[in-house]
Amino acid sequence: MDPLVSTAMPASTLAGPAVSGRAVTVVRGGRVILDHIDVSVPSGQVYGLLGPSGSGKTTLIRALVGVQRYAGHLDVLGHPAGARQLRGRIGYVSQAPSVYVDLTVAQNLRYFADVSAIPRSRVETVLAHVGLSERSGSLVGRLSGGEQTRVSLAAALLGEPRLLVLDEPTVGLDPLLRRDLWARFAELAAGGTTLVISSHVMDEAERCDQLLLLRQGQVLVAGVSPAELRRRTGAESVEAAFVGLVEQASATGEPRP
Amino acid sequence: MSPARAYATARRVLTQLRHDPRTVALMLVVPCALLALLRGVLSQQQFDATSPIMLGIFPFVTLFVVTSVATLRERTSGTLERLLTTRMGKADLLAGYALAFGLTGTVQSGLASALTLGVLRSSVPGHAVLLVLLAVLDALLGMALGLLVSAFSATEFQAVQFMPALVLPQVLLCGLFAPRSGMTAGLRWLSDVLPLSYAADGLQRLATSQPVGHDVVADLLIVTGSVVAALCLAASTLRRQTR
Repeated sequence: MDPLVSTAMPASTLAGPAVSGRAVTVVRGGRVILDHIDVSVPSGQVYGLLGPSGSGKTTLIRALVGVQRYAGHLDVLGHPAGARQLRGRIGYVSQAPSVYVDLTVAQNLRYFADVSAIPRSRVETVLAHVGLSERSGSLVGRLSGGEQTRVSLAAALLGEPRLLVLDEPTVGLDPLLRRDLWARFAELAAGGTTLVISSHVMDEAERCDQLLLLRQGQVLVAGVSPAELRRRTGAESVEAAFVGLVEQASATGEPRP
Repeated sequence: MSPARAYATARRVLTQLRHDPRTVALMLVVPCALLALLRGVLSQQQFDATSPIMLGIFPFVTLFVVTSVATLRERTSGTLERLLTTRMGKADLLAGYALAFGLTGTVQSGLASALTLGVLRSSVPGHAVLLVLLAVLDALLGMALGLLVSAFSATEFQAVQFMPALVLPQVLLCGLFAPRSGMTAGLRWLSDVLPLSYAADGLQRLATSQPVGHDVVADLLIVTGSVVAALCLAASTLRRQTR
């Protein structure tokens, strides 16, 4: 490898993977939710977690941000997921907006800034990032679903986290808003942030650098780009590739291709 | 424990209350209206005997309901999960709640006490300040138990049903309806293990104008200890990780 090239690379790509998991397993009430998941998320990329609902995406995400117990090894930013050192260092946008509906947009963000010792001046900045500057005085409960999601995203961006984990952030958003959000995600990744984004909308997979396809708690395929996935499967779209892989797995009884 | 995070949380809770003026109005006006009603249905002598206990029961019940629903919302909306992924400690969060609801309880008890002692009663007891302090402790006790039951409720319906289940038995056994000394051994034992009984004892003692004795101090300490114990139990239900 040419040393000149490697020194020219952004620091984030030299830091090793942002997330690295081996045999991550979650069993809840006797049901296997995650079954020996191996995952490696390179720094500074948009990493898509794809799979139908019930496939374990949310559980994997909750394990990453440290609110779900798991068996196996899962390192996040160099610490085991859930470690004290990681608190406040991961931006987390859960599926539900997770903001106070009886506070205004600005009051929500000021509170989340205060409890994380982030200067309140960041509030204006993140509101501009998500296009909500004009709504800062509105009660969150009066906003549309899409606007509430963006308030939640703004709260996650306050601390300028190196790792941003988003659980189905574009559900229920109109196509224009979805396009804008994905453009924002690409910008963040270009700035060195690692993004893990789950979705069950396969066309969003095309916007990710790498994908992990999950089905019934097992990895169908991990760490491939959308183009590579299409080439490998000979499918025209990620959706077609996914369907092909599922059928192939069911036929052979072996979930991993 | 971070005072800054606790203070920010208290401010946030109070701001949420400010956006809900109807709840605030109901919390402040209803106890006063009920006390006036009670004065109407009782003789002056009966009212003078029961009103001190009522001053403790109102903040206890109100704060129990408000806190259990508020905390349940925090748990189900995902905001608690978000907070626990930050550096927010459980103690910060609970202290913030205690500060905000303690203040709310103080205002409520202050108003109800002012009305009762100033207008409705035939005489003002000698220890009005201690009386209000004990009423505020009752508010904190209601808050701490509310925090605790929110962990055992999946819905707001369930949370509200804990009111008759956990609060009313304490009201029945605290000595308001029948003196504790006259209870059968079994009921007396039950009454003795419930914290509201000590609050009621203390309030009754403070309503007479005798000097403050060891028994009142003991009542105050037992109620304070119960608040701390309930808060510790509540803290153990705030889990950073689910199984």
